Amino acid sequence: MIYRETGQFKSTYENDHSIFPLIQDKIAFNILMLIAFLFVPLVIDSYWEKAILIPFLIYSMAAIGLNILTGYCGQVSLGTGGFMAVGAFATYKLMTIFPELNIMIIVLLSGVITALVGIVFGLPSLRIKGFYLAVATLASQFFLIWLFNKVPWFYNYSDTGQITVSERTMFGIAVTGANAPSYATYLFCLILVVGLGFAAKNMIRSKIGRSWMAIRDMDIAAEIIGVSPLKTKLSAFAISSFYIGIAGSLYFAVYLGALEVTESFDIMAISFPVLFMIIIGGLGSMLGSFLGAAFIVLLPIFLKNVMVDLIGLSAVTAKHFEITTWGLLMVIFLIVEPHGLARLWSLAKEKLRKWPFPY
Amino acid sequence: MSLDKIQSIPYGKEVIKIKNISLAFGGVKALTNVSFDVKKGEVFAIIGPNGAGKSSMLNVINGFYKPTSGQINFAGEDRKEMMPEFAAKSGIARTFQNIALFKGMSTLDNLMTGRLLKQKQNFLMQALYFGPVQKEEAYHRDKVERVIDFLDLQAIRRTPVGSLPYGLQKRVELGRALAMEPEILLLDEPMAGMNVEEKQDMSRFVLTANDEFKTTIVLIEHDMSVVMDISNRIVVLDYGKKIGEGKPSEILKNKAVIDAYLGVAD
Amino acid sequence: MSVELLNFIETVLNGLMSGVMYSLVALGFVLIFKASGVFNFAQGVFALFAALTLVGFQTGQIPFSHLINELFGTNLHNWYPSLHSFLAILLTIVTMIILAWLVERLVLRHLVNQEPIILFMATIGLAFVLEGVGDLMWGSDVKVLDVGIPSGGSIWLEEATIGWASEGSEYYGMYIDVLNVWATIIAVILVTALALFSQYTKTGRALRAVADDHQAALSVGISLRSIWILVWGISGFIAMVAGIMWGTESGVQFSLSLIALKALPVLILGGFTSIPGAIIGGLLIGVGEKLAEIYIGGLLDIGAIENWFAYVLALVFLLFRPQGLFGDKIIERV
Repeated sequence: MIYRETGQFKSTYENDHSIFPLIQDKIAFNILMLIAFLFVPLVIDSYWEKAILIPFLIYSMAAIGLNILTGYCGQVSLGTGGFMAVGAFATYKLMTIFPELNIMIIVLLSGVITALVGIVFGLPSLRIKGFYLAVATLASQFFLIWLFNKVPWFYNYSDTGQITVSERTMFGIAVTGANAPSYATYLFCLILVVGLGFAAKNMIRSKIGRSWMAIRDMDIAAEIIGVSPLKTKLSAFAISSFYIGIAGSLYFAVYLGALEVTESFDIMAISFPVLFMIIIGGLGSMLGSFLGAAFIVLLPIFLKNVMVDLIGLSAVTAKHFEITTWGLLMVIFLIVEPHGLARLWSLAKEKLRKWPFPY
Repeated sequence: MSLDKIQSIPYGKEVIKIKNISLAFGGVKALTNVSFDVKKGEVFAIIGPNGAGKSSMLNVINGFYKPTSGQINFAGEDRKEMMPEFAAKSGIARTFQNIALFKGMSTLDNLMTGRLLKQKQNFLMQALYFGPVQKEEAYHRDKVERVIDFLDLQAIRRTPVGSLPYGLQKRVELGRALAMEPEILLLDEPMAGMNVEEKQDMSRFVLTANDEFKTTIVLIEHDMSVVMDISNRIVVLDYGKKIGEGKPSEILKNKAVIDAYLGVAD
Repeated sequence: MSVELLNFIETVLNGLMSGVMYSLVALGFVLIFKASGVFNFAQGVFALFAALTLVGFQTGQIPFSHLINELFGTNLHNWYPSLHSFLAILLTIVTMIILAWLVERLVLRHLVNQEPIILFMATIGLAFVLEGVGDLMWGSDVKVLDVGIPSGGSIWLEEATIGWASEGSEYYGMYIDVLNVWATIIAVILVTALALFSQYTKTGRALRAVADDHQAALSVGISLRSIWILVWGISGFIAMVAGIMWGTESGVQFSLSLIALKALPVLILGGFTSIPGAIIGGLLIGVGEKLAEIYIGGLLDIGAIENWFAYVLALVFLLFRPQGLFGDKIIERV
């Protein structure tokens, strides 16, 4: 009764094409944003920051990036870990070369650098398609990880091969480094995710997004209506890499603080989990990117609580259970709902719209 | 821009001249020395038995296949081959024999893809989505809504096209081509698999497009009664060769054509 | 002969033999792709799972013993001290066939007519499940696998070749691991048997029909499901062979599943649907990798380029020939 569009008339095409056409959705979203920006920073503690909210925001960013490339443009990529590594190392190098540069600018620049790298590694997509491309993106994963591991310039010749973040501030408050307060790191990530999230949604609902989807659904037909496969695919690679690069940058600078490339950006640590997020969340859905990221962050915590704390299994066995559960969920989701959590959400909304008179 | 050139050609003059086009895939000859002209503003039909090379001919015209030899004179310029993007930019739109819609997108979005070439804002502006982008979107939406009205697609505006019945998908595909506001429209069997009423509707759309928007139409169709009714001129292909060309009344009397369709009496 | 030339020959020979391993894994991919249209990402984990199971049977380990011990505080270890390798291999084959049946029953059957990419992602899920279950069943410690295949350098070859070098140069003969020689022999037998099977038996013909066109095969009464089980079973068997070889060489551990990643460039090179492509592609990658490691890696002094070199080789090749080594020229139709 409450959730329905009756009486809401659109008199302009601009209104009809807005992100939340329903007033109820808009209100709900605004309340969510108020909570996220005003309430959460007041109560956030270090556990919520490090274990849940920051990983959630960073994974959401990476998932948006991969969703642009895979979900919207149809180019499967297994190289997410490699591109996140580019973002992380770009941030590290920029920080050490330009100590005075504002951290926000460093993060965005890291995204731009990753975008350029993404264009280079996207070039094979012009000649090859489908699985061949998926395998080719693995090449970028292996090559990039190898590069950051073997060329000491990238980690400033440190003995361990580790890169470590130094403290940077925004408005006098530390957002990176060990002394950064929880609310500051959280807000820093939140602002980036919300801002860039809207930018992604805007691109998707305008010309460039339609070009991506046209290439995804039928590249030949797209070419014949004048969509250039070259520009479209490379733009998807570039913009996707931009988001993934920023995720990598935040992952290093805000979340981990110090990392070693082979361990942190391994195909098993990043590429597959992020792919998993967009499948579970929903390919080609913005909401899905967030739902998938939330799922991936919460599932291990839930499993650990149940298996280690409740049943009393060892951490190693619990890890094996976790891997199995991931795999099972992935298969089950693909069988039951290939469109992911986002589709379940919209089905629920559809039900709600008709409630309490379903027929 | 060749779009301007096409627009400056007077109606009734040749806009595409196919000169001795041959096309081969390895050893298989799809087209052999085919020549014909398409005049601006006419409804031009390509007919022939299955496997005669009709679709290949359309693919050559919009640059999807590169001919092995011969030339295409397009808007007064001789070319060895066309390029799909160039063809689209020059005002050539087409539909496909096996529907080539974007199945994951709604009817509205499919039609909006027809406007892609005419949208000029860059991606940074699109990411910010303020003033000019919004105006541009609304402007093109308005154009698309006219096509939706013309083809009676209002009810399925938001439906993903993958779930539409065949006849409607064909109509959406025509809509996408019309949304491009093409000068030349290539239709590959637009009425295949339709019942009589759907064929009548489709014929009406094609004739209206030709009549009101002055779009030149090149059409492949198997239903002879439709072809004879709506086309101004016809070319007949058989085994990749041209065996006849002319007005419908002339084609009906053409011995070679009758033989190709009915078989030669021994 | 000069020492350089002899070293070159040795490198090529070793490359060919490690290429055989790639070919084997790639073959598993190709068989499944041809028959069920699935790019089976779990192929490497199949090999790991098979090797784990084999060791488990050999040493009589009780499945899930770690888990049971942790849950109930028991102290379970083994059924029996050891089992003959031959029996253990047979039991493993049975396990792999059951696995194939389960995959068809629980996964493939429900994903018929889905897009290839969905199927591919389902096999990533499958890989996770198998990896987790394998670890839960048999534990994740590194295991020694020994089914009686000899390994180590061939003394005979060393002695035979030591005199080949030109007078006065320091040369100690060629080094080739006997295990690799055995692997090559077994692979050759396996591939020949497969080829004969698919060419000359009724089931083999059905298999080829399914590979060509699912609909058409169905329409002449071939049961897709039994063919799928068969093909996944065969691939499981091939994975087992690969698992035995790699496991003997470097122990059974998680990294064994990564051989699948090494076989992927072979697929790009040889094409997803070509069996000769998988074999020749594997050999080419094997040789290219070894040569590159010595001649390029040594030159640049950065080492360990084998992680990505094969991919780059395959990609460069692909730029010139998008259809792969043996693929037909792609004609796109609309």
